[in-house]
Order: sequence, then C-alpha cells, then structure tokens
Amino acid sequence: MNGAQRDPAARGRATAAVLALCVLWPLLQVAQFDPAALFAPANLATIGGFLATFVPPETGVEFLGLLAAATLDTLAIATAGIALAMAIGIPLALLATRSLSISQLGGRSRPAGHVIRGAARVLTLVLRGVPELVWALLFVRIFGLGPAAGVAALGITYGGMLAKVYAEILESTDPAPARALLAAGSGRLAALGYGLLPVAGDELVSYTVYRWECALRASVVMGFVGAGGLGQLMDQSMKMLNGGEASTILITFLLLVMAADAASAWLRRQVA
Amino acid sequence: MGARRGGWIVLGLALAVLASVWRLDLIAALGAGRDGLGELLRFVARFATPDLAPAFLATVGQGALETVAISLIGTLLAVIGGAALALPASGRFGWLARSAARFALNALRSVPELVWATLTVLAAGLGPFAGTLALALHTSGVLGRLYAEALENAPPVPEAALRDAGAGGLAAFFYGTLPAAAPQWIAYGLYRWEINIRMAAILGFVGAGGLGAQLYYALSLFQEARAATLILAMLLLSLAVDALSGVLRRRLAG
Amino acid sequence: MTAIRLEALGLTHPGGRVALAHLDLTIAAGERVAVIGPSGAGKTTLLRVLGASLRPSHGAVRVLDVDPWALSGPLLQGLRARIGKMHQSPPIPPRQRVITAVLAGRLGQWSVWRALRSLIYPLDVPGARAVLDRLGLGERLFDRCDQLSGGQLQRVALARVLYQQPALMLADEPVSALDPALARAVTVALNDDARRRGATLVASLHAVELARSEFSRVIGLRDGRIVFDCPAAQLGDADIAALYAGAAATPAMPEASPVRPRLTRCA
Repeated sequence: MNGAQRDPAARGRATAAVLALCVLWPLLQVAQFDPAALFAPANLATIGGFLATFVPPETGVEFLGLLAAATLDTLAIATAGIALAMAIGIPLALLATRSLSISQLGGRSRPAGHVIRGAARVLTLVLRGVPELVWALLFVRIFGLGPAAGVAALGITYGGMLAKVYAEILESTDPAPARALLAAGSGRLAALGYGLLPVAGDELVSYTVYRWECALRASVVMGFVGAGGLGQLMDQSMKMLNGGEASTILITFLLLVMAADAASAWLRRQVA
Repeated sequence: MGARRGGWIVLGLALAVLASVWRLDLIAALGAGRDGLGELLRFVARFATPDLAPAFLATVGQGALETVAISLIGTLLAVIGGAALALPASGRFGWLARSAARFALNALRSVPELVWATLTVLAAGLGPFAGTLALALHTSGVLGRLYAEALENAPPVPEAALRDAGAGGLAAFFYGTLPAAAPQWIAYGLYRWEINIRMAAILGFVGAGGLGAQLYYALSLFQEARAATLILAMLLLSLAVDALSGVLRRRLAG
Repeated sequence: MTAIRLEALGLTHPGGRVALAHLDLTIAAGERVAVIGPSGAGKTTLLRVLGASLRPSHGAVRVLDVDPWALSGPLLQGLRARIGKMHQSPPIPPRQRVITAVLAGRLGQWSVWRALRSLIYPLDVPGARAVLDRLGLGERLFDRCDQLSGGQLQRVALARVLYQQPALMLADEPVSALDPALARAVTVALNDDARRRGATLVASLHAVELARSEFSRVIGLRDGRIVFDCPAAQLGDADIAALYAGAAATPAMPEASPVRPRLTRCA
C-alpha cells in the first residue's frame, strides 16, 4: 500500500501555532510582560521590605478591636446584601419565568406578557453584567464611603444573578402542578407557593446560601474601593505598607472564608 | 428536617438580616441617600450620554486591548502554573508533595485577585504586568485544583500499561493520561478566561492597568459620560470573549 | 538461550489466596507457547510475573536471562522495554490518534525529548504505517482511536507491540473479545511476527483450537499449577477434557459473543 506519509494534521497545527504567536507576541508587549521587573532592585526592596514586616502579625489590642468591628461589618454587608438581592431578585424572577404565565394557558399569548418578561430579562442582564466592584464604585459616589455602598452594590449584582438562576430553576421544574393551579383559577403567588416551591424549594435555598458565601468574599474585595469592612481596613494597611496589620487581616480573611464554607455546607445539609 | 427546625432556621436568618441592617446603620444611610435623591437622579442621567469622541474612543480601545492582554496572558500563565501544581496535587509524587501542593493551591485560590493585585503592584510596579501576575496567581489556584481532579478521574490503565512497557514517567503521562485529561483542562482554562476578562477590567482600580484604571480615573473626576463608555466597553468585551471562548471550546475540546 | 526460567515459583495474594503454586518452567528463545486453562487458573498472574510486572512471593524467576527483581529501577524499565504486552482490552486513550498509539510502543527505547517531540510531529510515520499495513489498518493511520471498532482497536494495540519489536511478547487473552475470524487473524499475525524475528511469544487463550493450530507448545494451567506442558502436535483431546473437567466455565464461553471494548468519550 502506498498512502500519505505525511501527517495531515501538521499543516493545521503549524498554522495554529503561527497564529497563536502572532497574537501572543503583541499581547505580551501590551501587558508589559517583563519578569525581570520582579527582580529589579527597587521593586525587590519594596516588596521584600513589605513582606518582611508580615511577621509577626499585628496583635495589639486596639488593632484587634478594629479588626473585630471590620469583620462584623463584612459579615453584615454580605448578609444585608443578600437580603437586598433577594428582594430584587425574587420579583424579577417571577416576572421573567414562563412557568407562572397566565397568558400562556390555552395558547393565548398576550403581547403585554411578552414585553414584561423581556424587560425583566434585559434588566437582569444589565444588573449582573456590570461587575459588583464597578457598582460599588458608583454607589460610593452616591452614599459616600462606607458599608451602605457595598450593600447596595451586592444587592444589585447579586439580585441580577439570583433573578437569572431562580428563573432557570423555576423553569426547569415540572410546570404541570402550577399550570393546573393557574388553570383552576388560582393566582400567580398561590401557584408559586403550592405548585412550584414544594419541588424547587431546596435548590433555591441551596443556591442562595452558596451566593451568600460568594457575597462574603465580594464584600471584602469591595472594601478596596471604600465600601467598608475588612477590605477597607486591608486597603489602608497595604497603602501604609503596614505588613503586620496586613498579615493579621489576611489570616482573619482566610479563617472567615473557611468558616463561611463550613457554615454554608451545614445550612445546605439542613435543607437537603 | 422537621418543620419546627426549619422555622427556627428561618427565624435565625431573619434576625441575622435585621442585626446586619442595625449594625451598618443602613436606615440612616438610606435617609442620607434620599436627601440626595435628586442628586442621585442627575448623577444617573449623566450616564445616559456616553462619550463617543474619537480621541477618547482610541484611549478606550487601548485600554480594552490592555485588558484583553492581561486576561489572556494571566490565564495562560495560570494554565501552566495550575498544571505544574496539579501533578503533585493529584498524588503522583507521594503524599508529602500532595499535601504541600494542595496547601499551595488553597492559599493561591483563597486570596482574591484584587488582594493579589495590591501585592503584585508592589512587586512589579504599577501597570498591566502587575494585573497579569495577580490573575495568574489566583487562577493558578483555581485551575490547579480542577486540573488535579481531572487527573484523578482519568483512567489509570493506559499510563500504567506504558510504564509496564518500559516508558519513563513523563512520557507515560503524556501518552497515557494527558489525552484523557486535556479536553477538560482546555475547557476549564477557557471558562476561567471568560471570568478573567471581567476581572482584568477592574483590577485597574488598584493600579494594575487596563480599562479599570481609566474607569477609576473617570469616576474620580466625575466624568460620568466617559465612565458610561468604559462600562459599555467592559460589557462588550466580556460578551466578545464569551463568544470566542465558546468557538474555541468546540474546536479544541470537542 | 532461555527466554524464561521459573524455579519453584509461587505467588500468594495478600489475602492469602494462592494464585500460583510451585511452578517450574523453562521456555527457550523463539518458542511460541500458548497457555490455556479455565477461568481463575492463574493465567493472567503468570503472564504478569513473566512480564516483570508482578513480584512472586517464592521461588526464582529469570526473564531474558536476568532476575528482574535484582535490577535497579532504570534497569528494570530497560528490561520491560524489551517485553511487549497485549491485554484483553486495549489500554489506549480513546482520543489519541492511531499513529500516536502505535509509536507509543517505543517509548521505552526513546529519550523523553524524542517522546515529546513525537507528540508535535510523529517521528516515524513510515514505520508505524508499515506495521499497520500488515494488519490491514494502514488507511486509519491518522484517525482518532474513538472512531475505530473494537476489533480495529485491538489490532492497533497489536500494532503497538509489533512496532516495539520486543524480544519477548506476552499476550493476555488478546483475542477473547474478537469474533472468530478476527481472533484467528490476530493470533496468526502475532505468531508470524515472532517467527520472523525469532522472538519468544507466550499467549493465554480461551480458544483451544487456536492454541493447537498456531503455537508450537501448549501449557495447561489449573489452580495455579501446570497440568500439562507438551508440543502442540502431541496434545490430545483427553488432556483438554481433563483440564476443563468440572470447571465452572466452559472453554468457549467468553468468546461466544464478540464484546466491544468499552470506549468512553469525554465531554
């Protein structure tokens, strides 16, 4: 037999490799990719000096008091933020989901229903399309520095996320019981409570708890733009190059995340 | 779970929310916000007219390119770093290396990108390279864990057969196990790229380059029209990366 | 020259079950030996001991004139590189291309750099193609293995062993998942290759007829002991009846329906 002796995939691979190089090389320039910068004496001195002060972590009573207050703030921001997100997300999800549409019964389709559903979906998209940090930055302009901006930003972004996922969960559950209730003349909320929630409830709660855990991390990050809590404290310590404080805050943050992990796992086990 | 126990949990959660509202003095903050309601509306209205002047758009384009570069190179570095840590973390070099690698992955992953960025800005100076490093560090932790799981789930027989036929460890891995894990590795990498393009857009808030630096600047100077353009650019960028990543995923990992 | 010498060899599994008991066996270089026997007779264990994959608990084993368990790690890998192994289900990743799967046969002889370079561009296209041509699979050289049927995949696994050009070939039930015509073709190909290169071949089989017609020597194994060991030509029906008498599994059972090796594709 005498067939091809060359790898037919080689041409494609070579093209892809050349293409990747052509894209990557300029991007490396744009990103100012320069590992040598890490070893430049000035940078080494800065980061080295800073990291050296990480040990020992700051344990002064006054600072620990500040830290405890900031930790409580962070927990409160996450909790209040999720509550606000539910207040925004639940109505949006109910508006956006098809399972509770009265107009879809019997094939009649009211244009108004379509418009409302579409609007709810677009609003959801915008709310979660903009990162929470950008929202936080905007709300800091409105509410001033402090936790209120963080709560509002969390509420908005996570409201959008909750709305999307709630709607998806509701639409993926069996619509028959709710349809039957709607057809029998009951209202939307009754159909939700007796038709959909018994089936989808666990999943909804479990996702919300998971989001609360994410909110905790996010609220720390938002502190960096002035939205209060641990993040703001860390930002201040970092700006002052106070490594001892920074390391105490980092350790607290890691412990907090681990505790939240455990708490959310426990809560989800309670519902499952 | 009994209904009574569920009731207690709900009550506890409701109390937690109330305590949070009280702790943060949110009612007062709301009052302050209402005083400025007119101000707020004017503030929002100024976002309605994005600044589309060509000169500014060119700057935005530069920022967008920088953001793409940060996200792509950061993710690529993370793919390499994650793979390097996934090998010991999947238990190939004994339990000691496994525990050490898992600890490193957890540490890398637990620290958010933005916090890494505050450190890399000190280590590498202000600019996109710091952002790239910050993304790479956090994402290495995320990908390393996923990659290790993919390795542990890959069928062990092909690699064992190659070892049994005299192949060296590295060659047996590349010919026996990697073909099974590679599609997942690629899919996870692309998925993280979609997240990182959003992250790269805001790392600039702490001086790590990209669109975020411009947005921070615009908002600090109350240039809402420019801020609106920048936010739009971020949205478009993340949509474009989602689409591109989807195409690549089908081509590479199908 | 002897390819294999076992002296008073025994293997007891950690649970205490005796898999092989007091085997004495010598196989000269170039012999083509079939091992037959009912399920659970210890055929797989024996082949794994011969392949330097499994360390016996008693007795002495010499493979290709060395004691594998006296060798250091790299030397042991060097010995294994001279032993080709076929398994009942081909140990080939589904997403790998045929050419890569075949070239992997020489990984034990290649340096790691050669191995990695071959992943970028296959190092020996003509060599892999020649082997596949002998098995009627030359046209599938650049296809992915998950596009092949079970029988084709087992032939790719055979091609890998042939490409390895080992001094000793060990095949554990290589054809019991194949239909009878293909089973014969694969067995013939193994024997032809061994004859041509003067290599030693040891294969465990369920199909007694194939053992008789294609191999030079047949060993009957039951309960970890050798029941008979004679030239294929001298093997009588009575020996075979005695070997399988009262055994739960009939000799023809597993290959009654050709089973396709399971191929899973990753999402």
